[in-house]
Amino acid sequence: MGDQINMAELTVAQWGMTDMLDVICPMHLVLNKTGHIIHVGPTLEKIHSKSDWIGQRFLEVFVLQRPRSISSAKELHELESTKLHLRLRHPPETSLKGILVPGLIAGQMVVDLSFGISVVDAVREFSLTNTDFAPTDLTIEMLYLVEAKSAAMEASRKLNLRLRDSMIVAEEQAFTDTLTGLKNRRAFDFIMDRQIVARRSFGLMQIDLDFFKAVNDTLGHAAGDHVLQTASRIMIDETRDSDSVAPLGGDEFVIFFPDVTDPEVLRNIGQRIIFQLEVPIHFQEQVCQISASIGTVFRATESSSTAKQLFENVDIALYASKKMGRAQQTFFSEELKANAWDDRTLTAQ
Amino acid sequence: MLIYDDELTTQILDAASAVLNRPRFELMEDLGTYLVSHPNTESLRRLLRFGGVTFVEFLHSLNELPDRARLAVSDLDLPELDLRDQAATEFSLTCKSSIAGAGHVFMGILRTMADDYGALVILEHLGVSKGGGTISISLVVTEFSEGRRFNLGVQL
Repeated sequence: MGDQINMAELTVAQWGMTDMLDVICPMHLVLNKTGHIIHVGPTLEKIHSKSDWIGQRFLEVFVLQRPRSISSAKELHELESTKLHLRLRHPPETSLKGILVPGLIAGQMVVDLSFGISVVDAVREFSLTNTDFAPTDLTIEMLYLVEAKSAAMEASRKLNLRLRDSMIVAEEQAFTDTLTGLKNRRAFDFIMDRQIVARRSFGLMQIDLDFFKAVNDTLGHAAGDHVLQTASRIMIDETRDSDSVAPLGGDEFVIFFPDVTDPEVLRNIGQRIIFQLEVPIHFQEQVCQISASIGTVFRATESSSTAKQLFENVDIALYASKKMGRAQQTFFSEELKANAWDDRTLTAQ
Repeated sequence: MLIYDDELTTQILDAASAVLNRPRFELMEDLGTYLVSHPNTESLRRLLRFGGVTFVEFLHSLNELPDRARLAVSDLDLPELDLRDQAATEFSLTCKSSIAGAGHVFMGILRTMADDYGALVILEHLGVSKGGGTISISLVVTEFSEGRRFNLGVQL
């Protein structure tokens, strides 16, 4: 009888204790002598939404990773006051830290848990709120810092990108020959690479001046230079300010068209360039007559072609234009590539 | 993330006010609203919501806001904020800053954050004194509307 009264008092005291622990350690568990869970703190309640932990063995719900793997309640009792590394046995297998202390009733144990460093994922996983943590717990402050630092870092990253872009623009200007308006090859590759990396849709054109060699040979280098300068000016005039024209050596040029979404735009520009280049060029009482063969590649956003492939493809297209009698533009296609292989194999044989 | 001269801020505000033909204090209040409501600056609204579970807790957290900001960015100097409880539902916020009218930015911030918490408040800018601009805040209803959700966890 006396025993029973005693038990009841202890139970009252025990309930008082769990109420207290619910407030100051909302992630605690009370285990009985046999290692079964008999009480779950309010924050942990949110975590076991699917299965009720009450009545389950502590070691069924959690895997003890450190200090060592154990399997019996007796061994559990021996872990008093040591730092425990655990994880949930079932998905999402969240990692937890814990500490085990003797409970108010002999044989009972209280385990207090914390998410440790996995807290950032845990609050998301279990939709936890400010009230799930004790007001004295620094978790909210830590989450605040994580977000504040991320926001600051993001702002800093954006600033860096902006500064880098300004730097690139400044460099591009330095890359441009102010006399001719032509870009050098390094600038050209740089601009093209940026669009490839950004997965933009763009156009690449390779232009070969037809009959230029004849002009150079019959009318001299001065006439040749004049023709090259006139041709450069025509290409720059016929393209947008954001397009880049670069000499490829001799009588060849490449033009890069960033952010082109319709290949028809490229077709029209190509035709205009050929038309303008065919207008006779006057040089010291002489008339120079040239034309152009053009190979064009349109790259859609979904393409994964590299710069090297694009240059190979534009070369194939240019080759086709020349083969078909010059003074025309050819668009690259996979079919063209297959034919080009056949052609070249035949030629090689 | 760059530090500009305060004078530049003042010039930009005056220029914007002239171009938009709107009083400067109105623009500054809109700026405050923008800072805590536009998706571009969602992170800022979230950081402020960390201040407390209720609007009153949020108000009380304003006193430590400059210190909190410094933890994230050490050279970030926010206006000095002084929140005082006048009564259970009456507060005043004094905002001291080298930029004239900074208190109006906080008018916008407070108004929008009250909506965010779902609280109904009446704000009044009491004007600028030597100690800075002061705003009186009367809390009419704590849970006036649902407010906006705030989850601790966010896709980082």
